[in-house]
Amino acid sequence: MSTSDTITTEHVQKVVYDALESFGAEPSQFAPGTTFESLDIDSLDLAELSQVVADEFGVVLKGEDMKRIKTIGDAVSTIMDRA
Amino acid sequence: MPERPDDAVVLVTGGSRGIGAACARTLAADGWNVALTYRSGCDAATEVAREIEEAGGRAVALQLDVTGENAASQVLAAAGDALGGRVLGLVNNAGIRDDDLAVSLDDERWSRVIDTNLTSAFRLTREALRVMLRARHGRIVNIASVVGPRANPGQANYAAAKAGLIGMTRTVAAEVARRSVTVNAVAPGFVATDMTADLPAETLAAVPARRPGTPDEVAACVGFLASDAASYVTGSTLYVDGGLAA
Repeated sequence: MSTSDTITTEHVQKVVYDALESFGAEPSQFAPGTTFESLDIDSLDLAELSQVVADEFGVVLKGEDMKRIKTIGDAVSTIMDRA
Repeated sequence: MPERPDDAVVLVTGGSRGIGAACARTLAADGWNVALTYRSGCDAATEVAREIEEAGGRAVALQLDVTGENAASQVLAAAGDALGGRVLGLVNNAGIRDDDLAVSLDDERWSRVIDTNLTSAFRLTREALRVMLRARHGRIVNIASVVGPRANPGQANYAAAKAGLIGMTRTVAAEVARRSVTVNAVAPGFVATDMTADLPAETLAAVPARRPGTPDEVAACVGFLASDAASYVTGSTLYVDGGLAA
């Protein structure tokens, strides 16, 4: 069952931003086109982000997804598509 | 030095007797809320939990078949719920032996020991890390063995599992160190427990200390590795073997 009608892009973006900030990334650099690499977000951070997303939205991002997701915008749109 | 949160729970698998029971008592005395698991020794595990509570600690005994499907996530959730906290400590102690020379060891006996002693520890570690990483605090101690790094004819399955635990310890430790989660192993030698009761007496002749260790001597090392004082110790294997591996 899709829950996208109750999940907004803004909400997803906020959850992703909060997680990235907790990993030590600089919030002033956050934008849809910002790459995780430029934020110094590593594989452990991405694994933890996938846990946050699973807990918050029930969306499971697998290893293959995380390899494909390069930017904040990629992450938000993938979560929205799966929600 | 980061301090352990007040709601921290430690899960000790195989906690009804021997080294596991000693670890449960030691960790409770150090202030951990303790969930100890048992496979079949319900009375013994309940008694350990009761002793801890009588001494002023908090403990609960939980039934667990470590090889069961979804067992890891279920027991971690049950431990947290029972003690009203988060499982931020894990002692992977549950283990079995099924000895034979490699030439006589069939697939079932090989797999049973690997599943119980190694795969179950990995599954519990993976599930526990989900909480520990987000808490920015965690202590995992794997009970390995001097058998693994050291040969012991008749224990190819056990040695492989225990050596695997040490390898897993080192790699997982490196993966999660920056989240203040430590992963270490303790490698007991000849320790006087039910599990070693049938070992030949001449085994002791190879031990420089000329005596078996006690479960409390192993538990003391586990207690240290689980403590705030050990916050910069990770990926290590601490031998508690009377010099056997020296």
